[in-house]
Amino acid sequence: MPASRNATNLKEGAKKAAITKGITYLEAICAAQRRVLEEHPEVFIYGQDVGAFGGAFKATKGLAQDFPGRVLDAPISEDAMVGLAVGAAIEGMRPILEMQFADFSSAGFNQIINQAATHFWRTAVPVPIVIRLPSGGTSGSGPFHSQSMESLYAQYPGLVVVCPATVEDAYCMLREAVRIDDPVLFFEHKYLYYHLKAESLPEDTLPIGKARVVRSGRHATVVTYSAMLHEALLSAEGMAKDGYEIEVVDLRSVKPIDTDTVLASVARTGRLLVVGEAFPWGGVTSEVIARVAGEGFHLLDAPPQRLNAKDTPIPYHPDLWKAHRPTSGAITAELQRLLGF
Amino acid sequence: MASPALVEVALRTYRSMLLCRVLEGRLGSLYRAGGRIVGGVYLSTGQEAFSASLAVHLQPGKDVYGPLIRDQAGRIAFGQPILHSVRTYFGSAAGPMRGRDGNVHWGCPAEGMPVMISHLGSLVSVVSGMLLARRMKGEVGMVGATTIGDGGTSTGAFHEALNQAAVEKLPLVVAVANNQFAYSTGNERQFACENLADRAAGYGVEGYRVDGTDLLSCLETFRTAVDRARAGGGPQLVVGNLLRLAGHGEHDDAPYVPEALRESDLGRDCMQKSAEFLTTSGWTTEKEIAQWKQEAAREVEEAVVTASGEAGPDPFATEWHALSNTDLSEGINVP
Repeated sequence: MPASRNATNLKEGAKKAAITKGITYLEAICAAQRRVLEEHPEVFIYGQDVGAFGGAFKATKGLAQDFPGRVLDAPISEDAMVGLAVGAAIEGMRPILEMQFADFSSAGFNQIINQAATHFWRTAVPVPIVIRLPSGGTSGSGPFHSQSMESLYAQYPGLVVVCPATVEDAYCMLREAVRIDDPVLFFEHKYLYYHLKAESLPEDTLPIGKARVVRSGRHATVVTYSAMLHEALLSAEGMAKDGYEIEVVDLRSVKPIDTDTVLASVARTGRLLVVGEAFPWGGVTSEVIARVAGEGFHLLDAPPQRLNAKDTPIPYHPDLWKAHRPTSGAITAELQRLLGF
Repeated sequence: MASPALVEVALRTYRSMLLCRVLEGRLGSLYRAGGRIVGGVYLSTGQEAFSASLAVHLQPGKDVYGPLIRDQAGRIAFGQPILHSVRTYFGSAAGPMRGRDGNVHWGCPAEGMPVMISHLGSLVSVVSGMLLARRMKGEVGMVGATTIGDGGTSTGAFHEALNQAAVEKLPLVVAVANNQFAYSTGNERQFACENLADRAAGYGVEGYRVDGTDLLSCLETFRTAVDRARAGGGPQLVVGNLLRLAGHGEHDDAPYVPEALRESDLGRDCMQKSAEFLTTSGWTTEKEIAQWKQEAAREVEEAVVTASGEAGPDPFATEWHALSNTDLSEGINVP
């Protein structure tokens, strides 16, 4: 196994998280899995190192011990992992797969998009699978442990694609994902694993498919999701000091996209910036802009803008990495440009 | 003296092969006539004995069977109606795939028969998943079987799945029909080991090699493999040596198959070989075979007539949702 598979770069974050109290995003994901294992006998977890070891990030910590025979280590075989999950789902099970890193899901891509995603349409037999994808950039992780692949999967019919940005959503959306009869790609952001905390976990939240207006404003709308939500909120806070009220919408799920909530926000502000951490060509940000341009052109006072990572592989060095992904600073610069139109 | 049980199984297998051959002959004619069949036609000529000998040892309702491209004989031996095949080729709305997928891409997942996709090797882990699920639910004594060709064994998916099944010690039988050519590419450009069955040891599974043109050898080998898997012996890898006596599809006249190979023992038609064996052994007569052939022709004609009268899918009435949960589907909501 390559040394790069270790999550050593995140250990520092874990130590920091231990200092103050609260439930982290990562703990919420573990708690959600514990809960669905308790509630649904059809659930089992399958992935590399998820068993006694508790997962590379410890998202399945203690589960193998408490649910014997239902949390299984997989060989390094992403293709066969997804194929096995499809077969089990045909038989009425509800497998949760853990990809050790979202990046490695490319090795299971065929089974996801051709086997799982086409199954219901072709056969009328749904396959309820949840694939958890530790996703997105963290400092020092480099090109193969940092990717944001939600746009790629959202392109294919037959998949639900969600990107929770908060501890509460991570907990509730994972539990809901398990109840959905179709394949759900659950993109959990590694940067948020230790950085976010909640006092307690809610029983319910907005359903998958609904966006949330996280901050109200009237001068411009930022539509975003996952870790970029927090960059956008930082930016909005800074802009408020200059008198600009920025509305921030968290998409929560990128397939389907809650176009109505986005359009309602643009109707209030007249200006739109869409921010995503994925690569810039096509994708979620383009899709949101296409929909707003198509359905809400009359609502726009300025050309809609988007901000993504750069069109290069994700760099290793922290200074390069910070410049590669959108940050609150970059979002502020884009907003200032947008407000100048 | 052969046991009555063996004779019964051999004759049942042969009748599946015969019905397959008659059906495929008709599908080939329909393809060449043009019109009714939209896409390609993929025949299993020469592979019927190998295919049916596996499926005849499976128990519909208890076992899982994941057939691949050249398993029409196996489908029949597993008890699936030929009408499903004809309807799928015709794109009939009444068929199991409702015109959404075609030709050899059909199955009944809820009845233990998953549907292949075109990406070779990827069906093996699906069958494993079905077996694992059944084991988790406490079922015992079931077997899952699937087939692949010589070319399919070169995929990463095949390797991953066989290794995975071995790790899980699943009751899986994988039949490799080595028909010498992956489309046009011969064995010498496909793999470098002497026999694909040699790989079994590397996976830690049982390996078998069998003359895929010989009915009795196929029946005996698959009976052993299926019994061992059922008894908890883990995955079984059966490699049959044979020759595809048709093109990759009916569009292909297979000029890449050397004449000498066609005329060798490998090129002997398993139908003819089986008929000779069954009659000389006194298990059946030529007269009885002729009668079965007539019955098969009638059955095929009935299926063709039935499917011909059926409508294709209506694009205006189709639910354009790729998700079962239509609330989450963007199918018709996107402008």
